[in-house]
Formats: sequence, structure tokens, C-alpha cells
Amino acid sequence: MSRNLVEMEGIEKHFAGVHALKGCKFGLLSGEVHALVGENGAGKSTMMKVLTGVYQKDEGRIFYQGKEVQITDTRTAQKLGISMIHQELNLAPDLTVAQNIFIGKEPRRAIRLFLNDKEMNRQANELLKQMNLDIEPTTLVSELTVAKQQMVEIIKAISYDSQVLIMDEPTAALSDAEIEDLFKMIEQLKAKGVGIVYISHRMAELKRITDRVTVMRDGSYIDTVPTADVSVDRIIAMMVGREIYQPAKPDRQQGESEDTVLEVRNLSRGNVLRDVSFSLRKGEILGVAGLVGAGRTETARAIFGADPIDSGELYVRGRKVRINGPHQAVKHGIGYLSEDRKHFGCLLDMDVKTNIALATLGRFTRGGGWMNDKHMADVSRKVVEELKVKTPGINQKLKFLSGGNQQKVIIGKWLTRDCDILIFDEPTRGIDVGAKSEIYKLLESLAASGKSIIMISSELPEILRLSHRIIVMCEGRITGELLNDDSITQERIMTYATDRIS
Amino acid sequence: MKEATVVVQKPRFAFHAGLQQLLAFGSLILLVIVFSIASSNFFHFSNIVGILLSTAVIGVLALGSTFVIVTGGIDLSVGTVMTLSAVMTGVFISMWGLPVPIGIIGGLLTGALCGFLSGFTIARLGIPPFIATLAMMMIAKGLALVISGTKPIYFTDYEVFMEISLGSVLGDLIPGFDIPNAVLIFFVVAIIGSIVLSRTIIGRYNFAIGSNEEATRLSGVNVRNWKIVIYTITGVFTGIAGVLMASRLNSAQPSLGMGYELEAIAAVVIGGTSLSGGKGTIVGTVIGALIMSVLTNGLRILSVPQEWQTVVVGLVILLAVYGDILRRRKS
Repeated sequence: MSRNLVEMEGIEKHFAGVHALKGCKFGLLSGEVHALVGENGAGKSTMMKVLTGVYQKDEGRIFYQGKEVQITDTRTAQKLGISMIHQELNLAPDLTVAQNIFIGKEPRRAIRLFLNDKEMNRQANELLKQMNLDIEPTTLVSELTVAKQQMVEIIKAISYDSQVLIMDEPTAALSDAEIEDLFKMIEQLKAKGVGIVYISHRMAELKRITDRVTVMRDGSYIDTVPTADVSVDRIIAMMVGREIYQPAKPDRQQGESEDTVLEVRNLSRGNVLRDVSFSLRKGEILGVAGLVGAGRTETARAIFGADPIDSGELYVRGRKVRINGPHQAVKHGIGYLSEDRKHFGCLLDMDVKTNIALATLGRFTRGGGWMNDKHMADVSRKVVEELKVKTPGINQKLKFLSGGNQQKVIIGKWLTRDCDILIFDEPTRGIDVGAKSEIYKLLESLAASGKSIIMISSELPEILRLSHRIIVMCEGRITGELLNDDSITQERIMTYATDRIS
Repeated sequence: MKEATVVVQKPRFAFHAGLQQLLAFGSLILLVIVFSIASSNFFHFSNIVGILLSTAVIGVLALGSTFVIVTGGIDLSVGTVMTLSAVMTGVFISMWGLPVPIGIIGGLLTGALCGFLSGFTIARLGIPPFIATLAMMMIAKGLALVISGTKPIYFTDYEVFMEISLGSVLGDLIPGFDIPNAVLIFFVVAIIGSIVLSRTIIGRYNFAIGSNEEATRLSGVNVRNWKIVIYTITGVFTGIAGVLMASRLNSAQPSLGMGYELEAIAAVVIGGTSLSGGKGTIVGTVIGALIMSVLTNGLRILSVPQEWQTVVVGLVILLAVYGDILRRRKS
């Protein structure tokens, strides 16, 4: 008989300035596979992090096997029997399979200092056999395929007597045959009464493996329905919301220039990028939609020369170019604004003026490498004024600026460099609502002044609001290219974004 | 996501940066006062000159090390590369009979070449700085022994060479103010280093790389080439230290040098430069080097055995860095 394993209700979570979870609920039965779906940023991960003790809920109650529990940290969750299989696996590659499974609870000998490897391997073997896995306990994890590693991770979770397994995009890195193996394993776990939370964007898989679906959107709980009773279209509609919210379409005229400034042909890199081809016109904002892991950032980094590519060609203003590193990309007038501002975008410990001048330092010298700080200050002051950066001055360290203002400083850096091809990767991530519209206006005015913009965004309203054209990516390839006219809906984009061809 | 803090915190920060140096300088003054009270032999012109002279070689090494440490790197080879530079200077002058200035330039170039090679292996081949410069440390040590035939090379016939360290241009100008040239060179090199680090494009990239190497690379800066430049600069400083050392001992001692790199790093760290990169000043390093030699000198005057002096220096390093961590935690 199925019984209630987990019940979460009225969960509230705030991060500075962001209301991440608004009275959310979630329930899991034993022996059930329960899909948790929603767009990027809908609150799925936050919800699961509350359940696994990574985050503390602000309000709400969690019941585990009928009793209310306080999950104050990850250890508590683990003791209760709640485990998460992360997208990036948490195994030590240089240890064996058995050592990984029993890490922290190794069988010992009578003298407790000494390990009992024989016993450990025997127990590991038993666990592996139970799940019909053909893996030697003494193999090094680094020698296994990603799929096998994932199974080891699942075994590790079971070895803690986990009753609840949370799988975050478990099939993202797997081939079809491997997915079949994983599904078999999930069936076995179900039969043992384990409850599984299955986070995935792949609709076809959800239909196949899950019993119920819970949809979240913008930090709110939308609905929970039996999977068999809903169509994929219906799930997608719930994810994006019914109200077709599309204010101010972009100025159509602008996107119609015929001058192609950048052409990308057959960009490929391993499984990450497969034959990516598209072109970018002068004065255009080209939106790039897709789900996390679709290869959008990788495309941007490949164009910018930040990562090497296996094959592919780039044409800038009709001329074929080879870009072996960012320093060459900027020479061709390409600028890249990373999705991860703090790590890849700016120098937090340095001041506004240095950050603005960073891509053009050579221009602010008097010859002989002597810095002309006055010139740099003058230019920075102008940029700060033009872009309306809110800062007490150009000598302020960047870490004291808000996300929106940091972003403006980075935009200023590329404008100072006279880049006319700008790649914005999630330009409004972590930026509050007010500043967002300012960034939008800035992007529009940049395009109007003849700059060409590639804008990667996970927020569909943002894509629809700004883009003249839209390309949609899924699993490293472009699955759709659309003109942003009245026929476009979020649902259509989502359909392309979940369009899995393998 | 701590985006909500748009606050004005400027005055406090400017103060903080100044405080760091002020504190190091304060400790130095305090040490001098304490030792002066403890022993009447300490605050004498000749003793102070002695302290400065003993700071010169390690000081110049530390100045060079500051550059790589600000990028978040490390150079373990400065001690033995210094020795190799000294040996090469000896070879050029004593063995090949080249003019003294050429010999000196040869010594500096030796240092520069070693720095360049370290930089190349780090930036182009992707070997971690610790390993790359550890290898260079061994290579330079070995080469110094091979080239010299494991025997010291003397500069007996070249009195001018000894003048580089121990002569006193200042004493000639101002009678009685007999500060050895080595000390003068140390301060001049410090001023040059300070200008390069704070006023030139090299220095600016230095801090940018140390602050966030990947963001700097993604801003279109050719980080790999600049790193090679920076390691080469450290090499030049190391070459200068080599020449100073040789001149002071009037000989190139091929078996010396090992361990100097750690003292140089200690001076840099005491001076408030962060080993994780992005923060640091030349003034700090000068003060750090002075603190180390004042400490050793003062303890020796107080007849503290040498073994204990080393213990105290170790404790001072811990104290200096822990103080820095405390201050950073507060801000």
C-alpha cells in the first residue's frame, strides 16, 4: 500500500529581495515517481533544497512519514532517508566504486583503525547485484561511464536506506540505451517502496516513467495531476501560464536590415554543440531560447573563443575569421557578457573605472605602458553617466554595486571597446524588477544605434519582449528559428525547447 | 543573492586599505622602539645600516615575488635563480673577462630568462605555478653547481664589482652618511617596482589577473602573455638580487640561495599581500622585509639564540596573516 512519505505545505522562502517560494506544497507517496516541472527559476530546485536541508524554509511545515520534522541541515535529511542525486555527480573519481558507496561508513576490523576492504567489497557487490548492475566494486569510478557513475550514486543513496530519492535531470547526460537501464532501476526502486522525485524537462520521459506531475511557476505551486490524465501540451501550458503576457513587441522595422554581421556555420563540440548555424543582422536582437543545458552558453563561449571547438566556421561582416581566444574575438568587435557575472564578468574587488577600462586598458596609456588614469577616469565618468550607473563614484569597488549596476558597468566595458556584436548571456539574471526594465531599454537603444545583439535568456517573456528573431536550442542543436511576430507563443517556443532528437 | 545593498560605503573602504599598511608600519616602528629600549646597542647608526644592508638582497627578491603573488601565483625559484644569476655574472666577469657592466647585464638577463621560462611553462603549458617554479628551483640550483664546478667564483681582481654593494655613493656625496649602495639600490628598485605596479599597464593587468583571471580573460585580455611578462619581471628582480649578493660576498657561491625564496615570500605576506592574489603593495613588501630583519637583528642583540630567532619569525608570519584574515572578516 502506498503511504505518505513526504508532505510539504505552505513553504515560504525569501532571498534578499526575491520571493522564491510562495506558499508551495508538495507530496510524495511511497513507491511513486513524482515529476516536478516548471521553467528555469520556477522554484523546483529551491523547493528540493528546502527538503534536503540545503536551504532553511522561512515558513511552512514538512511531514516525513506522518511526523512533522525540522530539516536543519543536509545531515538531518540524510539520516531521515532523503537523498538527492545531483546533476553534477558527487563521487570521488579516484576511489573505487565500493569506496565511494561506503564513504563515511566504511566497514572496519576489530581494531577500529583498520578498514575491512573485503567486507566492504562484499557488501557493495550485494547492493550492486540487488539492482542487477554489472559493475565490479573494485573499479575506479573514473573508469565508469557517466551513466554507470550515476547508478553508483543511486546505489550510494540506497545504502543509506533512503526512502526518498530526488533526481535532478537524471537523463541529461545519458544515451537512449542508458536511459532504459536507468528506468529499469527506477522501476525496481519503486517496487521496493522508495519514493522518487523526478525533475526533468523532457516531456516524453515524464509521460513514460512518472505517476504524478506537480507544476510550479514563478515560485508558486500550480497543480498536481496524475500523469496519465494530462497531455504534454497541457503540462507546458501550465508551466508557462495561461495569460499570454507580452507587452510591447520589439520594433519590427529595426530587425529588417539585410546586412549580416555575424554568420555561424556548423559549430560543433562533442555532445555539447551539434552543427549550430545561424546568422545575426545589423541592429538586430536575436533571442536564444532553450532550457538549462541546451547549449546556449556553450554556443556563446565558442563564438567568443572562450572554449575550443571541434569544427565550424565564423564569418564576421562577410570575412571568415579564426578565433582562438577572447583576445581575438574582441579584435573583431565581439563582446560577451557572461551569465555568471561574479565569476566571469567582473572584478568585484576592483573599482568601477578599472572594470570599465578592462577591455581597453592599452588605450589608456601614455606610451611606454604608463597608465593615464585621468583619461580613464574621464571616460569612465562619461560611461557611468550615459548608462545611468548608480554608484557613489568611479572609485567604488564593484562588489558594493547592485546586480543591475554591475551589469551596466560590464556593458560599459564593451561599449568603451566599441564592440558592435554583443552577446548577452542571461542579461537580467539576479537583477531586480526595476533594474530589469532599464537593462531592456538599454538593449533596445543599443540595437537601435546599430549594434547587433545575441541575447540568451531563460525567461520567455524577456525573449518575446526584446527579440526580433528567436532561435531555440535543445541538446546542443538549433531546433527552431522563428520570426517574432504575432503567431509566436511561449508554448510554441517550449515545444521546440523540449524537442528531443536523439 | 545580495543585490539589495546599493549602499555608499566608500569612505570606510578607503580607510581600510590605508589601515592595512598603517598597521604593518606601526608594527615596524613598535619593534624598533621595543628593541631600542631593551638594548642600548640597537639604535646606532652602524647597527641600523647593518639591518638595512641585510635587508637588501632578500628585499629585492621579495619585491620581485610581490608581482607574481599579486597575480595569485607563486615563484619558488627566486632563491636558486638568484644564485644562478650570481654564478653567471661570475662566469662573464671573472672567467671570460667581460667588462663589469656587461657581466651585470648578463646576470640580469639570466634571471629574466629563468622567469620567462617559468612564465612560459605556467601560461602556455598550463603547469601550476607551484610545480613549474619548484622545477625551475631545482634546475637553477643544479645549473649553478654544474656551471661553477661546485666551487665559488671570486671577483678578487675586480674591485669595482664589490663597490656595487658595499661602496657608498651617498657617503661620497654627504660625508659621514655612509649608507652602502646595496641599500640605495634596494630603495631605488622598490620605487621602480612601486611605479610599475601602480602606474603602468603591467601593474593594472597584474591586479586584474589576481582579482579574477577568468573575467580578465573574457574581457579580451591576453592573460597568458601577460603572465609570461610578469614572471619575467620577477626574474629581472631576481637577477638584480643575484648581482647584489655576488658583489656583497665578492664571490658567487653556488651552494647558497635555497630557502631565500621562502623568506622572500614571508616578507611579502607580512607586508599584507594576499597569497590568493589581487591585493598587495610594494610599500607593504618593503615594510615586511624590514620587519623580518629588524626582528632577527634585535633578537640577536638581545642574545636570543639563532634557533629561537627562527621560531619567532615563524610566529610573526602566523600573527601577521591571521591579523589580516580577522580584518577582512570584519569588513
